[in-house]
Amino acid sequence: MNRTLTLVRRRLLTALPVLLIVVCATFLLLEAAPGDAVDAYILSSGGGDAELIAKLRIEWGLDQSAVSRLGVYVWSLLHGDLGWSVLFGRPISSVILERLPTTLLLMTGAIALSFFLGTSLGIVAGARPGSIQDRLLSIGSLILYAIPGFWLGLVLAIIFAVHLRWLPSAGIESIASGKHGMARVLDIARHLVLPVVSLGMIYLALYIRMMRTGMAEAWRQDFVRGLRARGLPRAIIVRRIVRNALLPLVTMLGVQCAAMLGGSVVIESVFAVPGFGRLAHEAVSARDTPLLLGVILSSAVLVILVNLVVDAVYAWLDPRIGSTGASA
Amino acid sequence: MILNLVRTPEGFVGTILLGLLTVWALVAPWAYPGDPLSIAGPALLPPWTDWSLPLGTDRLGRNIAAGLMYGARTSMIVGLAAAGTAILLGLLVGVAAGFIGGVVDETLMRITDAFQTVPGFLLALAFVSVVGPSLPVVVLAIALGTWPPPARIARAEVLSLRERDFVAAARSIGMRPVEIAFREVLPNALPPVLALSSVIVAAAILIEAALSFLGLGDPNRVTWGGMISEGRTVLRTAPWLSIFPGIALVTAVLGVYLTGEGVVEAHARREMLL
Repeated sequence: MNRTLTLVRRRLLTALPVLLIVVCATFLLLEAAPGDAVDAYILSSGGGDAELIAKLRIEWGLDQSAVSRLGVYVWSLLHGDLGWSVLFGRPISSVILERLPTTLLLMTGAIALSFFLGTSLGIVAGARPGSIQDRLLSIGSLILYAIPGFWLGLVLAIIFAVHLRWLPSAGIESIASGKHGMARVLDIARHLVLPVVSLGMIYLALYIRMMRTGMAEAWRQDFVRGLRARGLPRAIIVRRIVRNALLPLVTMLGVQCAAMLGGSVVIESVFAVPGFGRLAHEAVSARDTPLLLGVILSSAVLVILVNLVVDAVYAWLDPRIGSTGASA
Repeated sequence: MILNLVRTPEGFVGTILLGLLTVWALVAPWAYPGDPLSIAGPALLPPWTDWSLPLGTDRLGRNIAAGLMYGARTSMIVGLAAAGTAILLGLLVGVAAGFIGGVVDETLMRITDAFQTVPGFLLALAFVSVVGPSLPVVVLAIALGTWPPPARIARAEVLSLRERDFVAAARSIGMRPVEIAFREVLPNALPPVLALSSVIVAAAILIEAALSFLGLGDPNRVTWGGMISEGRTVLRTAPWLSIFPGIALVTAVLGVYLTGEGVVEAHARREMLL
């Protein structure tokens, strides 16, 4: 446990400069955007004279140099203040906190689906490399890997929502259904089926391929040759191989987090899910740049946190990681 | 090399798909001269009803077949240009970090970390929305999110190469460090980085499609993602408007992947023979 804590502390220390770079880069992007907060305010409040504009610029500190404004920006970020969203007329942090749980639910569902189904199918393929089921799964996963999630979502919506009418095609729950408790949970689950499948399929393909490759490599390793030479049943050998090939997949979970957050932008737009990803699209459509940067910053924090958890789990699973001060 | 590539099953199917797509993209100006964004017939004509408009028309009466052809051009240009930019950028950063080392290495790698921490698609979205959608901006936006993996691989490669004898030899005959980095180390670090190119091209095509699906593609060009997005409004009555460009996308990405796998496979076979 002590070993895991040391690793987590070391990772947090390297995460700080990374976060600072992200903050500076997003600030640069904010500077590059045409117009500033005053322009956005004047536009949304229906105009104002030059005197008011000049007064607001001084009041909001926009007449200061870029360096001092970066200082103010970092200072307010340290206090958890991401700024004000013109689009929602609310603090950005409260909008983001409201939207985040939906997307986390969506991502958890997609990761669970792709990880468990993907590794299972990968085990089926990797148990006998070169067999018919291995070839079929390889071709299938390759095709799946080439399908853009948002298009898959649309096709699934045509089939399951328009023609078969089995599942709802938009939103996160039925509007004004008045459902409570278990009925509401089931309602949300039904709404999440299509988005989760559309978001998860590309990673399903990835996990099938990684698991299959890992197992195919393991068959050639000495310890497996040894087990086979000792005449152990195939089922037991496969189980040993699975355990070995599964470990690297855990680290992939952390890497996938960033990609999946990006993917949720399109998927949530397709299915009108009011989540964090759709917020990014709304910010772009409404040209609310501070909101967009808040979304980017909080997604970076989220990615760092998820990777930290994955690293800790990995260190706990594999005693070789972080046991000496030199590694990682 | 090409013969070896075609002999592998992946390479065979992949090169055929890519070849068809290239021809499809190249003949567009002859098959359908004029602006593919202009009106060509009645609106929402179903496919296979009029031989001059084989795949039908969209909501505004624009020719779907022409759109798919010109869309192939956009996808291929963006895919190749973005992957090229990303690999070039990654090589520069990776070689600089690995060769110079020390504080430069540390700084460059933290910047690489930062770019990998922010979801690439969000970064592309923000960049295009701030700078404004046009083809070069989209290319740059995609490259911004895809350069870190080549940078990491180039750095790792340079770190192992810089200790080799031929680098020491170059140093002893008085070559300048910049010269050694670019003329001796870089060419040797290239192959493993280039092995990533098919994955990056495929990712770039998919990111471009997603961007234009969200309305952030170049408005003066036909894009498959844009076509899928426009078809969405009439998804219930005319699903083919969204389905055709999606099939084109899958074909293109699959062609790129398969060709990439074929190259790896052909290379492995040649290694075995040697």
